Amino acid sequence: MTAKALRTWYLVHKWTSLISTVFLLMLCLTGLPLIFHEEIEHTFEPHPELKPLTEQSPKIDYDDVVARALATRPGEVVRFVYWEQDDPLGGVITAPTLVPPPEDGHVQPFDARTGEFFEALPPPGGFMYIMLKLHTDLFMGLPGYLFLGFMGLLLVASLVSGVVVYTPFMRKLDFATVRSQRSSRLKWLDLHNVLGIVTLAWVLVVGVTGVINTLALPILMLWQGGQLAEMTAPYKDAPPLEQLGSLHKAIDTARKAAPDMEVSFVGFPGTQFSSKHHYAVFMRGNTPLTERLLKPALVDAETGELTDMREMPLYVKTLLLSQPLHFGDYGGMPLKIVWALLDIVSIVILASGLYLWLGRRRTPIEKRLAELDSGGLSTEIKA
Amino acid sequence: MRRGLWMIFRWPVALAVLSTFGLLSALLGDGVFDVLSWISLGVPLLLIVIVWMRMPRRPKEPTPK
Repeated sequence: MTAKALRTWYLVHKWTSLISTVFLLMLCLTGLPLIFHEEIEHTFEPHPELKPLTEQSPKIDYDDVVARALATRPGEVVRFVYWEQDDPLGGVITAPTLVPPPEDGHVQPFDARTGEFFEALPPPGGFMYIMLKLHTDLFMGLPGYLFLGFMGLLLVASLVSGVVVYTPFMRKLDFATVRSQRSSRLKWLDLHNVLGIVTLAWVLVVGVTGVINTLALPILMLWQGGQLAEMTAPYKDAPPLEQLGSLHKAIDTARKAAPDMEVSFVGFPGTQFSSKHHYAVFMRGNTPLTERLLKPALVDAETGELTDMREMPLYVKTLLLSQPLHFGDYGGMPLKIVWALLDIVSIVILASGLYLWLGRRRTPIEKRLAELDSGGLSTEIKA
Repeated sequence: MRRGLWMIFRWPVALAVLSTFGLLSALLGDGVFDVLSWISLGVPLLLIVIVWMRMPRRPKEPTPK
């Protein structure tokens, strides 16, 4: 590598890291409790107790569930009904309007076998909510998502340039060498290098999938204007719905159309996930991979007939698969612990990078490049 | 000795391949695939522990008499 090229890569590593470090540290810190959000919420929030089924237990009637949910929330409309993955639990999400500002909703959980209601969930708030908002959009909505997405892109540039400047540094060193007895700077320089290179693949995947997740809203809009519009095109000029038909029948229809799948959630007519005339029943598969890949079955909300069912386009599938790869919630508790430990290592990498820069920020660039090229030993001359 | 690219990157590449396998394995299967994922993603962590443990501490300052 020419001296000029090394200089350029060094500057890319320095500036992409410097700009993004504060935000990446914030993301690592807020992400740590979020890895365990299920466990934390189950501990601190009321969790529905499932009663054992008996002969007398009623069988769920979804139209009755919806009617009772609306009766407790006068003046509101149902937007979604969802089902949890591991327990027979579901929830009805109501709000004052079909497309309200985010967070302006109310969740009524129910037993998905009997239809029995549980205590309603508290409105969003508290520690975990603050962590989530800081981690996703800094309380700013779409601009916040895109800003953090840009920080993620800087992370990717920083990783790539980091690998490039790792090369001349390691010319004279064995893999995983840490020279801890000479100076604190040299020790942390070596640690920064070894921690960065051994966790590279994980950090890169979590970074890239994080960037894709920040694009969720634009991807949803693209899908609305594309596949959803195509699937509901025959209804474009249909007169408005006079009465909402049976949800129970719509769910049965979708289950018959995809017998090897489970219902994930239903988007009610008029929400972002459906047309004005359909129940959009989103089905999920039964394997770790297919349970993430939703398949929408559109059911005429008046007649309960299936009108269309398709695979999601590739760009939506990419988003849906980016979620588990970012959250680490797809391999049980041990995977979550691995995620948390790698997150802590990332914090050490970020902090050590900052420390190394602080110690050298008044040094001319030539000296810093010499440090890289000599595998850190020119540090010694000064130290 | 000046090391070539292969010498510098053989371990990092092996670890990256292993991590990628670990990231995908729990996504593609359950049970044993989950266990394989914990192990292969745990290897870089184990390596960090080893690096930390075998790192020589600074020689102790002579205690003043």
